[in-house]
Amino acid sequence: MTKYIIRRLLYMIPVLLGVSLIIFVLFNLVSGDPTAVLLGKNATARQMADLREQLGLNKSLWLQYLDVVKSAFTFDFGHSWATKQEISKMILQGAYPSLCLSVPAFVISTVLSLFISLFVAYYRGKGIDLFIRVLCIAGMSISALAYILFFQWFFAFKLGWFEISGFDPEFPHFISYVALPAIIWIVLSIGPDVRFFRTVILDEIYQDYVRTARSKGLSEFTILLRHVLRNALIPIITYVVIQIPSLILGALLLENFFSIPGLGGMTLNALNASDFPVMKAMAILSSVGYILFGLLSDILYTIADPRIKFN
Amino acid sequence: MNKNSLWKDAFYRLAQDKLALISILIVFLYFFVALFSGLGWIASNWSQEVGASNLAPSFDHLLGTDIFGRSVLQKVIRGTQVAMSVGAAAALIAIPIGVILGALAGYFGGWIDDFVTWLYTTFSSVPNIMLLISITLILGKGIFSVYVALGATSWVNLCRLIRGEVLKHKEREYVQAAGAIGGGHMRKLFRHILPNVSHIVIINTSMQFQTAIKSEVILSYLGLGVQGEPSWGTMIDDAKLELVRGVWWQLAGATLAMFFILLAFNILGDALRDALDPKLKGK
Repeated sequence: MTKYIIRRLLYMIPVLLGVSLIIFVLFNLVSGDPTAVLLGKNATARQMADLREQLGLNKSLWLQYLDVVKSAFTFDFGHSWATKQEISKMILQGAYPSLCLSVPAFVISTVLSLFISLFVAYYRGKGIDLFIRVLCIAGMSISALAYILFFQWFFAFKLGWFEISGFDPEFPHFISYVALPAIIWIVLSIGPDVRFFRTVILDEIYQDYVRTARSKGLSEFTILLRHVLRNALIPIITYVVIQIPSLILGALLLENFFSIPGLGGMTLNALNASDFPVMKAMAILSSVGYILFGLLSDILYTIADPRIKFN
Repeated sequence: MNKNSLWKDAFYRLAQDKLALISILIVFLYFFVALFSGLGWIASNWSQEVGASNLAPSFDHLLGTDIFGRSVLQKVIRGTQVAMSVGAAAALIAIPIGVILGALAGYFGGWIDDFVTWLYTTFSSVPNIMLLISITLILGKGIFSVYVALGATSWVNLCRLIRGEVLKHKEREYVQAAGAIGGGHMRKLFRHILPNVSHIVIINTSMQFQTAIKSEVILSYLGLGVQGEPSWGTMIDDAKLELVRGVWWQLAGATLAMFFILLAFNILGDALRDALDPKLKGK
């Protein structure tokens, strides 16, 4: 087990080098000269040369790549081109509003989806099961943008139940700001979640051990909670864990629509301002998150299911 | 003895599934609308004024008009062309890359496998949305960048699936038999193994198509997508300001157009999987 974890940790290195390579190729190789964009039309050749020097764009490509790699391991991303602030500080500031929105939304939607899928699994093949499945597929076929626009217009603007946009870092106050985006997040994720959980649960329901449990005279309810759910939890846990890094990124569009000053909104601002260092930092940070939680989810899987061999 | 091939079986199974048939019909309908619009047969005058500004839907203008008095229906049709072309382009880029890399990795193993596995692990480590917005930002706004960005992200899953499937098939007896009568690597791989895993391409493409459409809409909404042409994403972006004034038809038009094609691909994806891969039924 320890050997397996060490091997997986070591495999992170080539993957991180690869991620750095993608980011380097995009932002340093393909992108062309960013100084023209940054200084505007009236820049002199002299100013542009100075700025290139200042931004470290005169270094050899090899050294520029090394800079990207270094930032992937040290999380020192330098300064933003747009706000001149230190990026690691911006990330720390933005993380709090993002997490205020994403953590409660993620927890509620996961628990709710689990309950709904247990419910439909209990009534599998009946009308209510079909109804909820149709609802899930239909819900997944509506654009996320349409949900956000409609909910914001209807519940915040028309009915005035929530704040239309903005954020307040104080504890009880932020609820009125994040409640509506959190509800939209939940509505958006229930469809795919329930579909996945239901499939996993139904896979278990037709196993032999369930038949044994049933022939022992256990009630369907007990079977579902004590036997089926426990086995179905293995794929469910890995599915949930792998989604955790996306919480750090927050919900790009939700934060944008509701003016929540989180990391997602920061990324979109950087996108609009062609602020390459911030884009690079967010790409690296979220990739590191994906790699780490991918590893964690694999390890949890092997712990939960001893039949899986480490090779 | 059962003489029916996998494809024949699958066809019969699909033909019995009414929902799947309707979905196929919808997909074809969208393709033809996109094609006719691309050829300039319909909605070619979308940029012309057809009435007053912001007219509500009526018999004259089924989906109303936008702020410049242009027909929303015609804009939806142009948007269909953009969305379908993006889905198709993403598939055209992703399928050759995914299939060839996945097949080579699964079949030959060794350093090729190590390299391909590293490549798709790396690509799947960068969150899709970050990769999409970065590529379109760097390559410049426009539909071409969206094609490239979606191509670059959508081969990954297919490659992983094909690799796994080829890995399973290469030790099977029919492949050994092909080798025993003198078939070389290329013959074994392309003539024998690939036809047996090709159903994965179809199932995956049907799933990827809707991801591509959703991504295009978001990229266009962010202003990174198609320029100077209507797309469902830019229509939703317009609606952001219009909704407050009670102008809901642009949002409704774009959302409905998107809803039916996504629904059709959702249902079709499931039906194709059930029909072509009976082992996975219901998964």
